[in-house]
Amino acid sequence: MRHIISVLLENESGALSRVAGLFSARGFNIESLTVAPTDDETLSRMTIVTEGGGDLVEQVTKQLNKLVDVVKLMELTEGPHIERELLLVKVRAMGSARDEVKRLVDIFRGRIVDVTDSIYTVELTGAGDKVDAFIDAIRPEDIIEVVRSGVSGIARGDRALKL
Amino acid sequence: MEMTGADILIRSLSDEGVKHIFGYPGGAALHIYDAIYKQDKVQHILTRHEQGATHAADAYARADDSGKAGVVLVTSGPGVTNAVTGIATAYMDSIPMVVICGQVPTHLIGDDAFQEVDTVGITRPCVKHNFLIKDVRDVASTIKKAFFIAESGRPGPVVVDVPKDITAQTCEYLYPQHLTMRSYSPVTKGHPKQIKKAVELLLGAKRPIIYTGGGVVLGNAGDKLTEFVRRLGYPCTNTLMGLGAFPASDPLFVGMLGMHGTYEANMCMYECDVMLAVGARFDDRVTGELAKFSPNARIIHVDIDPSSIGKNVSVEVPIVGSAESVLEDMMAALNETSTQPDADALGQWWEQINRWRGLDSFGFDADGEFIKPQRVVKMLCDQTGGDAYITSDVGQHQMWAAQHYRFDKPRRWINSGGLGTMGFGLPAAMGVQLLHPKAEVACITGEASIQMCIQELAAIQQYELPIKIVCLNNRFMGMVRQWQEFFYDRRYSNSYMDSLPDFVKLAESFGHVGMRVENSGDLEGAMKEMLGMKNRAVFLDVVTDQAENVYPMIPGGAGHNEMVLKPGAQTDDMQERELA
Repeated sequence: MRHIISVLLENESGALSRVAGLFSARGFNIESLTVAPTDDETLSRMTIVTEGGGDLVEQVTKQLNKLVDVVKLMELTEGPHIERELLLVKVRAMGSARDEVKRLVDIFRGRIVDVTDSIYTVELTGAGDKVDAFIDAIRPEDIIEVVRSGVSGIARGDRALKL
Repeated sequence: MEMTGADILIRSLSDEGVKHIFGYPGGAALHIYDAIYKQDKVQHILTRHEQGATHAADAYARADDSGKAGVVLVTSGPGVTNAVTGIATAYMDSIPMVVICGQVPTHLIGDDAFQEVDTVGITRPCVKHNFLIKDVRDVASTIKKAFFIAESGRPGPVVVDVPKDITAQTCEYLYPQHLTMRSYSPVTKGHPKQIKKAVELLLGAKRPIIYTGGGVVLGNAGDKLTEFVRRLGYPCTNTLMGLGAFPASDPLFVGMLGMHGTYEANMCMYECDVMLAVGARFDDRVTGELAKFSPNARIIHVDIDPSSIGKNVSVEVPIVGSAESVLEDMMAALNETSTQPDADALGQWWEQINRWRGLDSFGFDADGEFIKPQRVVKMLCDQTGGDAYITSDVGQHQMWAAQHYRFDKPRRWINSGGLGTMGFGLPAAMGVQLLHPKAEVACITGEASIQMCIQELAAIQQYELPIKIVCLNNRFMGMVRQWQEFFYDRRYSNSYMDSLPDFVKLAESFGHVGMRVENSGDLEGAMKEMLGMKNRAVFLDVVTDQAENVYPMIPGGAGHNEMVLKPGAQTDDMQERELA
């Protein structure tokens, strides 16, 4: 099962490498990891997507909590939540494909943010599966470059990860 | 008054109550060494290698029931890399330790400067936490945090990396009295509901076992454990790290468990219906094959580290808390309930256990031409009244020491259990003897292990530490040879100890007494003579039986019920004997 874990940690140099080191040392899988400072500049917020059974994710959260730099964490996938990922993709767009790509972008509610005579650069946000679906919808030979930000997420309703 | 970073560092140690630090100087640490020179509160012990310094500081902490961290000071680069083995050793056994490392000046960090390594990066996987100090005003507070983290919760080593320029800069000295960290606050008190559940489960048991580890020793919960076990009348087993937490002389003690534990302890683990694990981590050398582990047990696991619980074995009643606090609360819960243990079931259980005990799985044939290593350990135990501090290295001698020295008190047995570090024993004995100058301290070692930190014989002379070294010399890396004999068709690849030094002369050249025993009949007298030399370090080189192996044994892939009891004995034979 896929799990999304949000982590608040001290915004200090080395904190990121502690988390990354923990995952590699314990053999935990990281599907994606994003990190940036929060409104409180002493804290960073990290979102980790990992794959595994319930026992594994329990061990992952316990090990994360054990890191001295980790202040608090929450498994987002335990409850209702919103998940978003940013996709930037450069697509070959010539002749009839120009219209087809434009239509696809509209259907997925993306935006074309850069245009040349042969290329569209598309911006799209959404949950991981929506991003996957968009990439699948484009012919592989037309894809020039793909950049995914990795998942960010937030819990719905009252549930919040804050101090 | 403004002080330099180096003076602040040493003053902080002094205000933290540190009396001894173990270390080795070098360029990046020179300001700190100068600060040591200018004061007399903190005494520096010069080891002859940084690995020796870390092991000595580690054992200094292990032998101290105050729970204070051992302290190490090394220089940058090779000073740090040499210390890593000792840091990892302390980490695996959860020993409180603060390791201060010199570092190249801030402006050179990352330039591949002379004697530069990424200390924080290299040590990260084997420390509880580490710091790089970037501002002289952070020196005192970082030292405070380092001790707080090292000594609280599940203890562990903390590394503090101090660039040389920081130790030269100045600021006002203020050592923080109190400390709170929003990201670190270990839980010590167990959840009352869980404690109640645990006690109910324990009282309903028909075949209970209480299995405890190093956490009970580190948490100074030996007395509480003993009281609790005696109250219930249940069998108790200790891990290698937990020996001494429950008195080995007590009839309720079924011995050490695990790969080379007693048959009765392992069978209790296999056959039990309720297991209480306290401060133990279900290590692979303890559980044997996990798929065959305690098939019918309902497990209660008490540990101060939540990540230890459910890591290898799933448990029914997890309790996060310190061994001492939880055992106290469980005792109180026992006193409140009118339910009593099931006396009939317990009687039958003890009958069964005593049948297993009757096999005398630690038994050995003391006669014969060669000196049996087990006999040496037993004799040392008898002649020291079982009250010495015993350090050991790693291998067969370590297992024989654990099996045959009777540890009735916690913190008497000092060994590298988790990492299994050869070279640990001698520097460890230094640390223990410095902490307890009047106590009897012996290092049980082998001719292979002792050579790994042999240079510390010089430090032992310098500080006049009357350590007794008992070397079980079988001219082999015994445990390696044993595995090659069992599992590699006796192809003894590189396990023979060729070109051994003359240990008597070697000891003498360092200024110690050297003795060698080859004949069985001379052993007792030699040991008496050794122990009689109260003010001298003595190296007793005992030539032992080369062919002796450590039994009983749980081979790889086997369960607790599949122990091999003696040479040639197959599991089936063993079970037949048991049924008979």
